[in-house]
Amino acid sequence: MAMTDDAIAHMDAKVSDEVAIEIENMNKWYGTFHVLRDINLTVYSGERIVICGPSGSGKSTLIRCINALEEHQQGRITVDGTTLSSDIKNIDRIRSEVGMVFQHFNLFPHLTILENCTLAPIWVRKTPKKEAEETAMHFLTKVKIPEQADKYPGQLSGGQQQRVAIARSLCMKPRIMLFDEPTSALDPEMIKEVLDTMIELAEDGMTMLVVTHEMGFARQVANRVIFMDEGQIVEQNEPEEFFHNPKSDRTKLFLSQILGH
Amino acid sequence: MSDKPAHNVAFVRETTLPPSPPPVAETGAIKWMRENLFSSAFNSIMTILGVLAVYQILSLALPWLLNGVWNASSIRDCREILDGATGGCFAVLTERWHQLVFGRYPQDSYWRPTLAFLLMFAAFAPVLFSNLPKKMLIFTGLYPFIAYYLVWGGSVLVPILSLVGFAVGYVVYTRLVDRSFATGFFGGVAAAIAVWYIGGFIINEDSTFLALEQVESRDIGGFMLNLILGVVCLSVSLPLGIVLALGRQSRMPIIKWICVVFIEFIRGVPLITLLFVANVVLAYFLPPGTNFDLILRVMIMITMFAAAYIAEVIRGGLAALPRGQYEAGDSLGLDYSQSMRLIILPQALKISIPGIVNVAVGLFKDTTLVSVISMFDLVGMVRGPILASTDWNGVYWELFGFAALLFFVFCYGISQYSQWLERQLQTDHR
Repeated sequence: MAMTDDAIAHMDAKVSDEVAIEIENMNKWYGTFHVLRDINLTVYSGERIVICGPSGSGKSTLIRCINALEEHQQGRITVDGTTLSSDIKNIDRIRSEVGMVFQHFNLFPHLTILENCTLAPIWVRKTPKKEAEETAMHFLTKVKIPEQADKYPGQLSGGQQQRVAIARSLCMKPRIMLFDEPTSALDPEMIKEVLDTMIELAEDGMTMLVVTHEMGFARQVANRVIFMDEGQIVEQNEPEEFFHNPKSDRTKLFLSQILGH
Repeated sequence: MSDKPAHNVAFVRETTLPPSPPPVAETGAIKWMRENLFSSAFNSIMTILGVLAVYQILSLALPWLLNGVWNASSIRDCREILDGATGGCFAVLTERWHQLVFGRYPQDSYWRPTLAFLLMFAAFAPVLFSNLPKKMLIFTGLYPFIAYYLVWGGSVLVPILSLVGFAVGYVVYTRLVDRSFATGFFGGVAAAIAVWYIGGFIINEDSTFLALEQVESRDIGGFMLNLILGVVCLSVSLPLGIVLALGRQSRMPIIKWICVVFIEFIRGVPLITLLFVANVVLAYFLPPGTNFDLILRVMIMITMFAAAYIAEVIRGGLAALPRGQYEAGDSLGLDYSQSMRLIILPQALKISIPGIVNVAVGLFKDTTLVSVISMFDLVGMVRGPILASTDWNGVYWELFGFAALLFFVFCYGISQYSQWLERQLQTDHR
């Protein structure tokens, strides 16, 4: 699948020199198990990074450290100029700037779709209810399910739920979006609708970190692919180079396994 | 080509099968009976035995109920009227209903607890039914003070002072809570205590300003006492239980251990022991001369007991929530109290409803245990003044049957409400 020249041009235009996330010498342990080893990563505003790797390689843990869902023990993470510390106010501020989409959607089942989307803007941003609802409808229209606003998450299909989850994050007007295997829990028929939504988001210039095995998506929208194994960044490159000319043996093996059938 | 897979493996469906109605079988009562009552030899025997048992019970109970005596002045009168025939002596209920319901409450003031009871429905309505206007909650907030004033009487200044104390405490809390929760909480408590302390000097306890006749706690009894204990203890123990359950999950070791020790200790001790402690043992520790109301002491004990159980029920609900719900709340930037209030507790409490109702019904029935520490609740009244009197010594079935019926009506009501609530809260449309 070759990328059109048009897509490449439009991709590079949006990447700036402004640093969105800076991770320096970050280490993390679960008990005595060393999950993340000496991670260094700089993400620029508008970049779309796909992180892949075998299971247990620490890719989810890495992006969960960025919004402090997991605590790192060593090193420094700076998000949008704010350095993560154990100060709760600091963490809450970063979280409200960083949207997150989970593998299992994690919508709030006791609230309607609209309430799911307006909850955080109303309580965290103190947006008036009416304005929050207008914003929510705007983003629900963007993910193409405005007609489901008054339903409960339990009444929606997996793909629709994941699109609501994306809209819910967008309602906080985040500057960075993290996606933790957003399509892994979906039926094949529904993966496309979620990926389309993410592609659209990428075209709007959102800074995105995506943990996924969807290599088609990586080829189409990423401007950097990171391969992780055993808690380390093994290789990172532009998608074209990464897929056609992988350097490390581990990457070659991984690519042959997921692309080989 | 037919739509049946034939010998060859390749098969393509060409026509979609239309849905067809189920096979016509015999319907109606006979079919139902054959399926449910006489489906096998064993079931047929059980059905016949069951019918015989019901007949046996009804043939004993019905004459006793229908032939009952409602007008007599003593059990001897009853026996004379019945003249050897089977029949209940329900006259004890008509004769002593005021003792059964109100205990030794002054007869000319029965309207006061009755009014408090009726107002209770208005006070609980906005809490129990969320579709009512939120403004009604103001009355709910005022109700405890109104009810206290109505039932115990005395000067209106006492409940007003108590209300002012709570109000001042709340205002101080809201002012300080932005700084930190602990400052707000302890500041509020301190302010409230200060108001009560200073107010205690200003108001003379014997003030007759808008006073209703004062009723002593020992005169409050009958089913009214069970209701007061049940309602007060349950309303206080529910929030306390939530706090204990959250405290037990806390990452702060001191808070966690206080909650764990409290819950495990209270759960490990029989309620009756706690009631004896309230009745007898506490008196040794209080300074001589202090008059710490017995009903209040009992309330504190029952509340602690129920709170410990409710805390464990809610902990079960909290544990049942997927971790993702906490993470979703966190990732949106909600702080601890927001994500608890808006996301975690509504779901955890919904899961816990059957367990909480279980505790509530059990607690309500357990209020009859106070009869053991010589308080005259419904059971205490029956066992004490009524059965001990020469007039009614021996009418066990009628009295305890009445007590059972009263409790059943209330407990069944609670259980029906909880089932309705669960249906209301169902959003997963399974």
